[in-house]
Amino acid sequence: MSLLQLIARRLLQLIGVLAGISLVTFLLVHMAPGDPARLLAGERASAETIAAIRSQYGLDLPLWRQFLTYLVNLLSGDIGQSLRFQRPVSQLIEQFMWPTLFLTVYVICLAIPPTVALAILGARRPGGIADQIIRLVGIAGLTIPVFWLGIMMSRFFGVSLGWFPVSGYGTGFTGHLHHLFLPAMSTAIWLVPVLTQSLRAALIEKTTADFVTAARAQGATERQIFWQTMLPNAVLPTLNLLGVMVAFMIGGAVIVETVYAVPGLGTLMVNALLGRDYYVVQGLTLVFAVSTVLITLLVDLLTAFIDPRVRF
Amino acid sequence: MADTPVLAQIAPPARRITPTMPVALAILFGWLMVALTAPLIAPYDPDAIDIVNMLSPPGAAHWFGTDQVGRDVFSRVLYASRVDLLLCFAGVLPPLLIGTTIGLLSGYFGGVVDNVFMRIYDLTVAFPFFVLVLAIVGVLGPGLLNFILALALVGWVSYARLVRAQVLTIRESEYIQAAKCLGYPPRAILSHHVLPNAVGPVIAYAVSDAVLVMLAGASFGFLGLGAQPPLAEWGVMIADGQAFVQQAWWICLFPGLAAISLGLGFALLGDGLGQIQRRGVTA
Repeated sequence: MSLLQLIARRLLQLIGVLAGISLVTFLLVHMAPGDPARLLAGERASAETIAAIRSQYGLDLPLWRQFLTYLVNLLSGDIGQSLRFQRPVSQLIEQFMWPTLFLTVYVICLAIPPTVALAILGARRPGGIADQIIRLVGIAGLTIPVFWLGIMMSRFFGVSLGWFPVSGYGTGFTGHLHHLFLPAMSTAIWLVPVLTQSLRAALIEKTTADFVTAARAQGATERQIFWQTMLPNAVLPTLNLLGVMVAFMIGGAVIVETVYAVPGLGTLMVNALLGRDYYVVQGLTLVFAVSTVLITLLVDLLTAFIDPRVRF
Repeated sequence: MADTPVLAQIAPPARRITPTMPVALAILFGWLMVALTAPLIAPYDPDAIDIVNMLSPPGAAHWFGTDQVGRDVFSRVLYASRVDLLLCFAGVLPPLLIGTTIGLLSGYFGGVVDNVFMRIYDLTVAFPFFVLVLAIVGVLGPGLLNFILALALVGWVSYARLVRAQVLTIRESEYIQAAKCLGYPPRAILSHHVLPNAVGPVIAYAVSDAVLVMLAGASFGFLGLGAQPPLAEWGVMIADGQAFVQQAWWICLFPGLAAISLGLGFALLGDGLGQIQRRGVTA
């Protein structure tokens, strides 16, 4: 299958998934107990106001008509209105997304080098001492609650040693780097074990590949095989890591941002959840899901672009 | 139905346990004992407020110190293990049962059911797991019960996917063909031949999943969306202590260590079971 055909097919699938995502987020708000019109009108609104709001927002229409309205709104870029801020959710997201994006890139920069190093170290001799230690430390790392790690690191490095600020976003690029170091570090510590496991498995799979046997038969030394034959083949698994990372990082960001009071999308989400600002929750869930899907798609297409064999 | 002869008695390959598995079992057994006997071994009432001794550091009277209202942190950590252990089971079992059933049917019968399931799967994994659970709990309202409900709503798809993949290979094996030729009804084939052969990886996955569920439960408690204070739960305790962490690090430290140790028990056991599975497949 040619690359263009693949792209066309994946875009078609994308439309289906996007429609599904909008249906789920639409139904999400309808699962909420209570009357949405009352929620929009406020606690002390009169019956007339509620009725007026119900017809104004189309809440008296059948469910499928409401969904259609929601879809049309989405297509025109309107993902709802915050009840608490009285502003469009898209504006809120625009305002709060920068710290989250900064944090995400920061985490990737901190997590990728140790991941690659540890995975290579482990995969060079599967079952060896280094591999066993890395695996056990990785398992232990997975069991650390991120929010607890965050609190403990801010207490030690922030308060006791005073090296890093314990909350906020700072100003300017270096300010961001300084303020977000502990949040990024907490997320990275928890992310590296997940990524190392998956990259290590991918690398070990390469050690048994036919081309490795062929290289060995041609008389290449083990060192050459590792650096020249196996490692270049590890580029694709590393790329796929990025896809795996997104969903994890979004979940991690929600918690870490709360701990360090970073004014990002995660903090916005938690506050919206606690304040029952349903349309912000809906909008953010939608945005998180769409970004995950788009990044996964991008990674898949890149993989297919680099390695023609994957184009099925 | 119960007396259907089991045809699938293949001699299992030699299976060694990993050295970490006894450690894992010991940790889990220890926590189970603590949870069961908490009222007997806890030195204080976990909810007893003692204003005179608030924020006192760890010492002979209070091993893990006391919190901002003078409650004994050690007793609260012990009592919280009941909530967190229960959370693990209540968070893992419903998705496991629902997912296994759907995966069995979807994989064995294929067709429309399978197609519908695969679309639901694609859709569910499009959402970041944590965010979807968060959104559902947010909409239903905070609380342990809603958290478990949300986990069941989202979590079953991974189990179903796993079982389905198993069933697809088992379905083609000779002993299933034999059972079909002998005229056994699908129900007997599924429960006596397919399920016992598909269940191994599911158990291994479920044990690892318990770590995730426990961490998610503690995170939800921490965010104020799971267990509600004053109930002693590790996440809730850490959230309570966060404001006082500068003067009183012990309020946060010990619940976190408790969560790590329980998580380690599940993670090591899951890892060991997973290795046995893989070895079993390749052997």
